[in-house]
Amino acid sequence: MAFFVEVLVSGLLAGFMYSLVALGFVLIYKASGVFNFAQGAMVFAAAVTYAGLVSLGWSAWVAFAGSLLAMVVFALATERFVLRPLVNQPQISLFMATIGLTFVLEGLSQSVWGSEVRGLDLGIPDSPLELKGILVSKFDLVAAGTAAVLVSVLAFFFQKTRVGRALRAVADDHQAALSVGIPLERIWALVWAAAGAVALVAGLLWGSRLGVQFALTQVAFKALPVLILGGFTSIAGAIVGGLMIGASEKVAEVYLGPLIGGGIENWFPYVLALLFLLVRPDGLFGEKRIERV
Amino acid sequence: MIYREAGQFRTTYVADQRIFPITQDRVAMAMLLIVAFVVVPAAASNYVLTALLLPMLVLAIAALGLNILTGYAGQFSLGTAAFMSVGAFAAYNFQLRVPGIPLLVTFVLAGLVAAGVGLVFGLPSLRIKGFYLAVATLAAQFFVDWLFTKVAWFSNDSPSGTITAQPMVIAGLPIDSPARRYLLVLSIAAVLALAAKNLSRTATGRAWMAVRDMDVAAEVIGIPILRTKLVAFGISSFYCGVSGALWAFAYLGTVEPQAFDLQRSFQILFMVIIGGLGTVMGAFLGSAFMLLFPLFLNWVLHLIVRTELRPGLLSQLELVFFGALIIVFLVVEPRGLARLWQITKEKLRLWPFPH
Repeated sequence: MAFFVEVLVSGLLAGFMYSLVALGFVLIYKASGVFNFAQGAMVFAAAVTYAGLVSLGWSAWVAFAGSLLAMVVFALATERFVLRPLVNQPQISLFMATIGLTFVLEGLSQSVWGSEVRGLDLGIPDSPLELKGILVSKFDLVAAGTAAVLVSVLAFFFQKTRVGRALRAVADDHQAALSVGIPLERIWALVWAAAGAVALVAGLLWGSRLGVQFALTQVAFKALPVLILGGFTSIAGAIVGGLMIGASEKVAEVYLGPLIGGGIENWFPYVLALLFLLVRPDGLFGEKRIERV
Repeated sequence: MIYREAGQFRTTYVADQRIFPITQDRVAMAMLLIVAFVVVPAAASNYVLTALLLPMLVLAIAALGLNILTGYAGQFSLGTAAFMSVGAFAAYNFQLRVPGIPLLVTFVLAGLVAAGVGLVFGLPSLRIKGFYLAVATLAAQFFVDWLFTKVAWFSNDSPSGTITAQPMVIAGLPIDSPARRYLLVLSIAAVLALAAKNLSRTATGRAWMAVRDMDVAAEVIGIPILRTKLVAFGISSFYCGVSGALWAFAYLGTVEPQAFDLQRSFQILFMVIIGGLGTVMGAFLGSAFMLLFPLFLNWVLHLIVRTELRPGLLSQLELVFFGALIIVFLVVEPRGLARLWQITKEKLRLWPFPH
């Protein structure tokens, strides 16, 4: 039983890491209706920029500010050169454009910082901590705490501030938002910058866990089932979805994996999310679509 | 002046239903087919045949399949490569386990098996739409990859899941030289393209387009949504399956499950978008573009950058340019190469007169 709880808890904590990546997707989808495939590349680019700046001898906080700045510049450029010319295009075109963006970002960050694996030390020990007889990784706890803080900040931002309200207006209806004087372009740039900041946090945590390497772009595929489970438009959904995917993935890998040959963590979350979707087609917390002819 | 339909009247229903109603188009198509079937195999070098034309045609078949699903029926899918994979492994197993089975029957069966798998993964499309569906089809991608790697039966107990296609023989004639392989793939591609073109003009094809444009409205006017979507998934997967089988048998000879990864799905999706959604011609144009452009980029970059750079830098720069080009393309001509061709034709009708 203790073993089961341990597996469950480690799964839940891993789920927070997935949520961090999913959060970036949700932010952008919520505000601009763009399914941003480049989020994984953004996580990688942010992490590799940070690691690169640190290796130049910058101190941690300066490097953090530097990579944040890089992500903001990237957000501004994306808004100007990709989103603005593609206003009113079908969603699939925008989606393809973000795949193009993925290539650009991956190529650019690798040609600037090289493609070797870098270590990243945030000074958080990855040592086990014993809580009531259950072993929990200290690192996972810090990651979960970070995710929780980030979500509260974003939720507050979306619900209570003036800009947040503008964001929700834009998400609801581009044209109506424009007509009441909300600057669409500035909002989009802001959202992409916020998603860049989330990507930076996710990149730092994932990077110190796996090493800063190209494989970081793959964490996006961990986040996608989280996303469809929780709903594309819900910040809370990203967290709950992440926890469910993380926990069930670990439990399935430990108990179901040996029965059918192992290595199922690549597809199990997808199948799980798919089954959920059959019952709730907009995810757990996604907005209900009302369709009219 | 040359390209003008004035004076060409359609006086019978048959004439009215032609695929190419204009004489010039028919002549051009006939000439294209003659060049493709007669001139190219005789004139092209083995490199061009095996390294360019074979993958181009094989991927064009998969692009046709995805185009049926995404371009005509409006369902996003990121699982194209998975269905190709099913086709390749099915064809291998039919050849391996059924003695004396004819090659073409194998390909058809491979396509049917892929269609069956496509139907299963297409079932959720009734409930979920748009990007939810696109992500859901990723399930097919990861699951199929895992299945063929883990279950050794599919690859006849090969340790890495790699399969080596059996030699191709049709009616006693070995298909081994590049020219013969090219002709085989070209014939299959031509038949499938014709079928796709005609499918889009049947009741089924029109039902697909109605579902694509607005599925609720389509349902209201009495189109069976589930059946229409499933037929699209099935036929699309059939094309992908045949394409996968050809990829293994005619193009590479030896494939591993990882040859059909997500990158392949994206590549085919790019072909469809860049070629033009909902056009048969777009599948071929897009596939040619997607295969030729990286080569061109590589050549240009090597021409400009003559000095030795950090290893790998050039390929990363290529990635940057490639991504940028895709964005530029989407911005400039979101309806793809087929649309450019259409605009050219409109211009040609007037040429050389200004009005």
